[in-house]
Amino acid sequence: MLETYLPVVLLAAISLTIALIFMTLSRVMGPYRPNKVKLTPYESGMDPIGEAKERYSISYYLVAMEFIVFDLEVMFLYPWVVRYLDLGFATFAAVIVFITVLFLGLLYTLKKGTLDFGSQTKVKPLWD
Amino acid sequence: MGLESALGEGFITTRVDDLVGWARANSTWPMPMGLACCAIEMMAFAGPRYDASRFGSEVMRFSPRQSDLLIVAGWCSYKMSHAVRRIWDQMPDPKWCIAMGACASTGGMHRCYGVVQGIDNFLPVDAYISGCPPRPDALLNALMTIQEKVKTEHSVLLDA
Repeated sequence: MLETYLPVVLLAAISLTIALIFMTLSRVMGPYRPNKVKLTPYESGMDPIGEAKERYSISYYLVAMEFIVFDLEVMFLYPWVVRYLDLGFATFAAVIVFITVLFLGLLYTLKKGTLDFGSQTKVKPLWD
Repeated sequence: MGLESALGEGFITTRVDDLVGWARANSTWPMPMGLACCAIEMMAFAGPRYDASRFGSEVMRFSPRQSDLLIVAGWCSYKMSHAVRRIWDQMPDPKWCIAMGACASTGGMHRCYGVVQGIDNFLPVDAYISGCPPRPDALLNALMTIQEKVKTEHSVLLDA
């Protein structure tokens, strides 16, 4: 059983060996002359501005999360649509409930203001 | 050096020189510095009709960290010259440079206060190309010139 994986192990070993050989060759044969300018970050020749780790609005995170939720909703709907006539009324009702629950969730997030960009900086409470 | 005495003086050094020169000459990855209309000809140089991959130079690297050959294509203003020089400085050794076209070589028709009169004012240039703009063939010719130069370099002595 295990010997069937021998080609995989061989492939990994060969590729690792070749990679190591080339890395060693380039380190041994190539010149390495670091200096201050050479080690600066590449910003198309300009001076780097600001930090690499920028803080950005939390709204992007919420939008991404909502996208995933509704993306998955569509993923669940596709198989149902394909077999729509065979599955009968009970499945239809289940799908309607599913969509309704997600729609209520969408209304909730809209009320929370997660899709309002720029008008306010933080998520506002539901009831003031 | 038992091996040296058996094979002759300088045998290993010259063989390694040849090997390294061959490898470097046939894998000169360009850093395209397209500043003006010459860059269009430079794109044709990488495209299928002129096919720089015959010379191992099809891999245009838009990062100086992975490139060996700076192709300055077009006229360079004084403001831009600082950026070009910094990108040149950020490229790892060994590196080569092509001044493509009349403007990069001499300033060309831009005989004015804002344009550097030839990028060799601030860069060590290995090959100049005439023309306005030069045809992709001319760029290939410059690349082959540089390949000849790389093949005859004494890399063991230079990189020690």
